[in-house]
Amino acid sequence: MSADNMKLTLKIWRQKSANAKGHFDTHTLEGVTSHMSFLEMLDVLNEQIINEQKEPVAFEHDCREGICGTCSLVINGYPHGPQQGTTTCQLHMRHFNDGDTITIEPWRSSAFPVVKDLVVNRDAFDRIIQAGGYISANTGQAQDGNAIPIEKDQANEAMDAATCIGCGACVAACPNASAMLFTSAKVSHLALMPQGEVEASQRAIRMVEQHDAEGFGRCSNITACEAECPKEISVEHIARLNREYLSASVGSKK
Amino acid sequence: MPFQSNVPPGELGEKWTKYRSSMPLVAPNNKRRIEVIIVGTGLAGGAAAATLGELGYKVKVFTFHDSPRRAHSIAAQGGINAAKNYQNDGDSVYRLFYDTIKGGDYRSREANVHRLAEVSVNIIDQAVAQGVPFAREYGGLLANRSFGGVQVSRTFYARGQTGQQLLLGAYQSLSRQVSLGNVEMFNRHEMVDVVKIDGKARGIIARNLLTGELERHGAHAVVLGTGGYGNVFYLSTNAMNSNCSAAWRSVKKGAYMANPCFTQIHPTCIPVSGEYQSKLTLMSESLRNDGRVWVPKSVADAEAIRAGKKTGRDLPEEARDYYLERRYPAFGNLVPRDVASRAAKTACDEGKGVSPTGLAVYLDFADAIQRYGRSRATTLNEHNASDARIKELGTAVIEEKYGNLFEMYEKITGENPYVMPMKIYPAVHYTMGGLWVDYNLQTNIPGLFAAGEANFSDHGANRLGASALMQGLADGYFVLPYTIGTFLANEIRTPTIDPNGAEFMKAEKEVADRISMIMNVKGKQSVESFHRRLGKLMWEYCGMARNAEGLTKGRAGIRALREEFYKDVFVPGTADEYNPELEKALRVADFLELGELMMLDAKDREESCGGHFREEYQTEDGEALRRDKEFAYVSAWEWDDNDPKLHKEELNFENVELKTRSYK
Amino acid sequence: MNTWLGRFLTSSIGKKVVMALTGLFLISFLAVHLVGNLQLLASDGGQAFNEYAYFMTHNPLIKFTSYGLYAFILIHAIQGIALWLKNRAARGSQGYAVKVNRTAGASKASVRMGALGTIILLFILLHMYQFWLQMKLGNTAMVGYDGGEQVKDLYTLVMGVYANPVFVGIYVISMIVIGFHLWHGFESAFQTLGLNHPKWTPLIKLVGRAYSVLVPLGFAIIPIWMYLAQQ
Repeated sequence: MSADNMKLTLKIWRQKSANAKGHFDTHTLEGVTSHMSFLEMLDVLNEQIINEQKEPVAFEHDCREGICGTCSLVINGYPHGPQQGTTTCQLHMRHFNDGDTITIEPWRSSAFPVVKDLVVNRDAFDRIIQAGGYISANTGQAQDGNAIPIEKDQANEAMDAATCIGCGACVAACPNASAMLFTSAKVSHLALMPQGEVEASQRAIRMVEQHDAEGFGRCSNITACEAECPKEISVEHIARLNREYLSASVGSKK
Repeated sequence: MPFQSNVPPGELGEKWTKYRSSMPLVAPNNKRRIEVIIVGTGLAGGAAAATLGELGYKVKVFTFHDSPRRAHSIAAQGGINAAKNYQNDGDSVYRLFYDTIKGGDYRSREANVHRLAEVSVNIIDQAVAQGVPFAREYGGLLANRSFGGVQVSRTFYARGQTGQQLLLGAYQSLSRQVSLGNVEMFNRHEMVDVVKIDGKARGIIARNLLTGELERHGAHAVVLGTGGYGNVFYLSTNAMNSNCSAAWRSVKKGAYMANPCFTQIHPTCIPVSGEYQSKLTLMSESLRNDGRVWVPKSVADAEAIRAGKKTGRDLPEEARDYYLERRYPAFGNLVPRDVASRAAKTACDEGKGVSPTGLAVYLDFADAIQRYGRSRATTLNEHNASDARIKELGTAVIEEKYGNLFEMYEKITGENPYVMPMKIYPAVHYTMGGLWVDYNLQTNIPGLFAAGEANFSDHGANRLGASALMQGLADGYFVLPYTIGTFLANEIRTPTIDPNGAEFMKAEKEVADRISMIMNVKGKQSVESFHRRLGKLMWEYCGMARNAEGLTKGRAGIRALREEFYKDVFVPGTADEYNPELEKALRVADFLELGELMMLDAKDREESCGGHFREEYQTEDGEALRRDKEFAYVSAWEWDDNDPKLHKEELNFENVELKTRSYK
Repeated sequence: MNTWLGRFLTSSIGKKVVMALTGLFLISFLAVHLVGNLQLLASDGGQAFNEYAYFMTHNPLIKFTSYGLYAFILIHAIQGIALWLKNRAARGSQGYAVKVNRTAGASKASVRMGALGTIILLFILLHMYQFWLQMKLGNTAMVGYDGGEQVKDLYTLVMGVYANPVFVGIYVISMIVIGFHLWHGFESAFQTLGLNHPKWTPLIKLVGRAYSVLVPLGFAIIPIWMYLAQQ
């Protein structure tokens, strides 16, 4: 177990703006306790930096309970840190030891340009969803919620895919910087629901087209994404996307 | 006089249907040129933006997040209520209406709440059509569960991530409208002011958070779906960036703030562990179905536990005080949120808290594990099961029911809740108060609308579990898209709003001045430190129990803190770049004013109701004492820096009888 | 490229499918090739092998297939290099300072398919030069069996190459490289084609791994055996 007054050396990527050249800054932080979350540790660091009248480290975060997908950070080489199935905001300092050196980097991918320090721009994900990650159902036209029964296991599988928080760890982890896990999670979620099946083939084609246009890499089934996904989304969904895409391209009339 | 509730006449059950069928409409050809700005992309804002886009309006939507999907609606765990009566357990629109009015301690508007209950059923249908993967039974039909304060099973859920799934549904519909060109999306844009022309809301000033640039955006109407202001307490279950600024900027432009002191304090949250704490994490209300809440009977035992010399497991049964079961035998551990929270505070005030800070009580599953274990053993015909086996079986049942919550607890605290009783403490969770709106969800500023948690309208003085999602989506999908027509139908002759007009330029200048004033303080203290101090004042004087003396003191304290803020705050960086510290500073500046108004409102309301507990107004056995004759009104405050003015909207209850809530 | 085919072939998934299909073809070719080559181990002075080789080079259907094979090797290689370049660009110029093993879910080979494939391509070039080209250029002696037609004595050619321990080493190492390439390639092809199933995927993986050990092993035994036989 770790101590309650840890001293850490932090190597943090600093980059003034998108086009500026980045570098690593080294900070020493004392008085870190094991109950702190990783981001609270960074809060303490920033307080220390601000008290020296300097510019704090920019990092993104919001809900701090692992659901909004805003937080990122590659910690010691691992997106969202070394704990499996955990977002950075849920990572606690008890998993580190006194005297540790921790390296913190932003997501690295051409499609996620750095905004500042550890903050990256993930607009590409929104555009992939806009390309077809929805069911075309206008408000107020819906039939009764129980009109179409859905097999429990199938609903569960759809939920497994729908649990994606859009954080981008899959891209950060992928040696190819591919966003196939993200894209497939939405395609798979909607294809598994009878309501979404209607548009399934066009959805797969349009979303993959957008995925490619954003400059993400090509999936080569390394499955690092699955290992690093904080929601532990399975690469089975990528297989389903491939299937949907194949049948949409080869099997459909268009 | 703009201050009218505009509730349509007629029978309660027919008001909405009749009104909806007779309200003025905007023809499609006019919709194409009428612009609407929506601020916020949570359930209310996102749903409204998608629906208005579908209807054909020109919509511009703003969020300070990098993506609409990050809005804090995403964090809602438990579920969403709807009067579907799928379980055939006697639920109905009226029952949902009644439960909500009663749960809100009779401080909400009957007509609004009834409309909410009516449209609740449409929300579920709509969400299913969007592909929201709700939990299902083996037969493939939708599953339901129960929530606190009601006797039917009407809560729909998607694991412990209902908010996430509903928000993604709205987000996807919104994304579709963006791709169709009906909605223009401005992410990483924060609204910093609302612009009024001839008394009507006609646009906003937004700050591009990436560049710091101020932008002027005009529209025929402005809708705020900007959430609640719980972060005024610094520590809350709200997301770090949730703030009151959009609403508060509107208040500064003349909108009324209604019932600002009505704050929901949720009883089961993971307690504060140290000064560095940035936020609090909720443990779902459902845990109180099986967990028993207790503290040590003697202060000496509590001290030993706090010092780490004993643990909860060491105390024998007779040394424990299951205070909720003792005080409220009828409801026991399942009393409503406000009651449970106050009782925990009382126990800790008596020195019986069980964490090093003294601010925690136990939520113990040992009995439930035993109970389920025995039952399982019987089912499995293991009649001579050992204690260890029973524990194993019982633990498995608990894990199946609450596994993900227990895991989350363990991640945060490092303690195994299957073995050690959970430590919990109340935390700020939701704000029932908000911008005053009429039946059309329009504020007293014509053309300025507020939806979801940002308005005050439906939850009175206390919100029931699983009703926030319901209200956000009801407003966004099914109410606002209709009611906004009552205003816009009169605007079809209004040309496109020119964002270069004098009013816009003036508003932009004011914002620029405000920003440069804060940047130029160049003091010594961080924004965060001010926020933390504000939170302490709020929690101390305007928290779970309030009194006139404390509220006076608190208000003065905040005023002093505000003065100090403008003398000594330090905001690093510059205003024309990505600068999260500046964003925070602008928000904290607004919280510093809102906090004061909350103190004032709490002081003015000389009664106890729902989440508002005034120590002077309690029964002999310490329960809330409501004063219906004097205080059955909505407090709508018109801001003035020195002397905010109170406007009262009387609440008329024609369909329900006002009763004292009792859980004994 | 406005047709569906153009769109398909230029999309990331379409390219993957091409990789998977050509890969699967090459995988199945390996089995056929191995079965033929194992005849080198028959102690008949090369008769079986030489007659087999004659059949393979004179049957029109097999001839046609062999052109397909060359084309698939080229497509697989070119597409692979293009993917590798694309992915390098997607990753960006700034790498991670702390590098960790990113193959938690798959094999170590999965991140090195480009490098492994390049080695294999070089090996194929060498292999073709040593045997195919020599055969085509007609530098091979002729031999007749049981009064039959004269056939090229490839057996002796092979013997000659495998007399050199350096070539034996190169062949054995190349087979190990092919083994690693297959280790990922086999199961990856099924994933790419969308054939992922909770019941069957474990079986596919097992078969793939057995295949990627046994087939290269079978190939590697030949040069070692023939080298030792000449000592």
